[in-house]
Amino acid sequence: MIKVSNLRKHFGTKAAVDGVSFGLEKGEILGFLGPNGAGKSTTMRIVTGFLPPTAGEVRIGQFDVEDHPVEAKRLIGYLPENAPCYSDMTVRGFLRFCGEARGLQGTALGGAVDRAIATCFLEPVVHQNIDTLSKGYRHRTCLAQAILHDPPVLVLDEPTDGLDPNQKHEVRALIRRMGRDKAIVFSTHILEEVEAVCTRAIIIDRGRIVANGTPEELKQRAPGAGAVVVRVAGARGSVLKAVLERLDGRAGVVVVEETPAVLRVLPNDSAEAHRIAGRIHEISIREKWMLEELRVEDGRLDDVFRSITLPDSAPRQEP
Amino acid sequence: MKGYLGSICSVAKRELAGTVSSPVAFVFVVIFLLLAAFFTFMIGGFFERGQASLLSFFGWHPWLYLFLVPAVGMRMWAEERRSGTIELLLTLPLTTWQAIFGKFAAYLVIIAAALLLTFPVWITVNFLGSPDNGVILAGYLGSLLLGASYLAVSSFTSSLTRNQVVSLILSVVICFFLILCGWPPVLNLLDRVLSPAVVEFVAAFSVMTHFESIQRGVLDIRDLAFFASLILFFLFATHAVLRARRAG
Repeated sequence: MIKVSNLRKHFGTKAAVDGVSFGLEKGEILGFLGPNGAGKSTTMRIVTGFLPPTAGEVRIGQFDVEDHPVEAKRLIGYLPENAPCYSDMTVRGFLRFCGEARGLQGTALGGAVDRAIATCFLEPVVHQNIDTLSKGYRHRTCLAQAILHDPPVLVLDEPTDGLDPNQKHEVRALIRRMGRDKAIVFSTHILEEVEAVCTRAIIIDRGRIVANGTPEELKQRAPGAGAVVVRVAGARGSVLKAVLERLDGRAGVVVVEETPAVLRVLPNDSAEAHRIAGRIHEISIREKWMLEELRVEDGRLDDVFRSITLPDSAPRQEP
Repeated sequence: MKGYLGSICSVAKRELAGTVSSPVAFVFVVIFLLLAAFFTFMIGGFFERGQASLLSFFGWHPWLYLFLVPAVGMRMWAEERRSGTIELLLTLPLTTWQAIFGKFAAYLVIIAAALLLTFPVWITVNFLGSPDNGVILAGYLGSLLLGASYLAVSSFTSSLTRNQVVSLILSVVICFFLILCGWPPVLNLLDRVLSPAVVEFVAAFSVMTHFESIQRGVLDIRDLAFFASLILFFLFATHAVLRARRAG
């Protein structure tokens, strides 16, 4: 549904987006991650046809966004960053305008507006002016606008920003539900959100894609992913270390604590982690260890994120 | 084609609703009517002239519009940009031209409404004498064209900035220039230093020359073409600015 090839966008001499490519089909939910200023919003603005790219192309369905902007935009629902709304309108008036501008009329328009209001839990405020709304309601009003015309493609820039935990949960559930038959791209800073919602995640840094895969695949890339932690009562760490170092497929054994013995066994390959854990279990039975804990550490997306993106303050390398 | 106009209409409707619900449109219409009446009757010498014409009424319009139209039009794009809604507007399935025409039409409706509400002046002059109503109709048309031209200028200056005050000042200056370059005192001054051909060239750019010739009831195609091209030029400039702003 979405095909982005080799997208570039320069503002003056600064490259905001520098060769981004990805594709997305219906039924997929793509999480867009990256530090502030990495080019997430710029990419989304280009995908939705708001900004023209400096180079590269974006296709929505069969339409090129630059050559057939109106047809392409018809297929997209877009929630811009900070959820801008016409603050001088009522919620219903605003949604009716968006529907009309998208060519809905009469009962189809009324039905679509009612559906969007129900989906985004806006019933209590439909007749209120948007500038009197709380941030959460305003955000959901803008989200309602994006899903109003039941578009096959949704582009959501930080859809859960500024919502309270309950609202966040609702919006995530909504995205998951809609993701069954739509192609959805959304950006976020919240990594747990990616694990909870996405079928695929892209990490973007300084305008380039630095990681692209399922959340599970990305977690494997975390430093320390797949380490096997062993804790044995009444034993000494150094003694255990000598035994565990004889295991095949281990990259290293680290004693975390001497007594009670806590060790981390790092596998050569994180896919081997569970086999190694099994082997340690066998050894512990044979050696009559009082095994108190034996687990495979999951990589954390946080760690992946930190290890492959640079903080804002780091010097930029010139391309 | 119906879809094309439909999108323009929905943009215009929204803009109109937004302007009417805020005090902007109301203030514009009321102030316009009050000032128009004041200048026509108190300063223009409507009664003293002893003529059944609305020259003393229309003659003030270029000056009334000079401040009022930029004040109404200044929010046209500046507000969209400031609040970020421009991102919503321009990602709707409509072209930039449709958005520009829609907004332009909405504010033109407000100016037209203000003009229509001056009908008591027309009734008065018809009650007191027997004016040439054809000339008066031409006067209204000329006034609307003039308002539309200032509006197109405001649309352009509003697209340049996210600050409404900057837009206001810029458009007042441009509109003031468009008046001045055809105003007799200025032309007399230029006449002394420049050759007549140059003076005529400068005067041709003035809204005053064309406005006044329409006021005399002469609907010359050249005057109409002047206003049409002035409006289109500034709307085109708006389009160019909106495009360039996004191109980065």
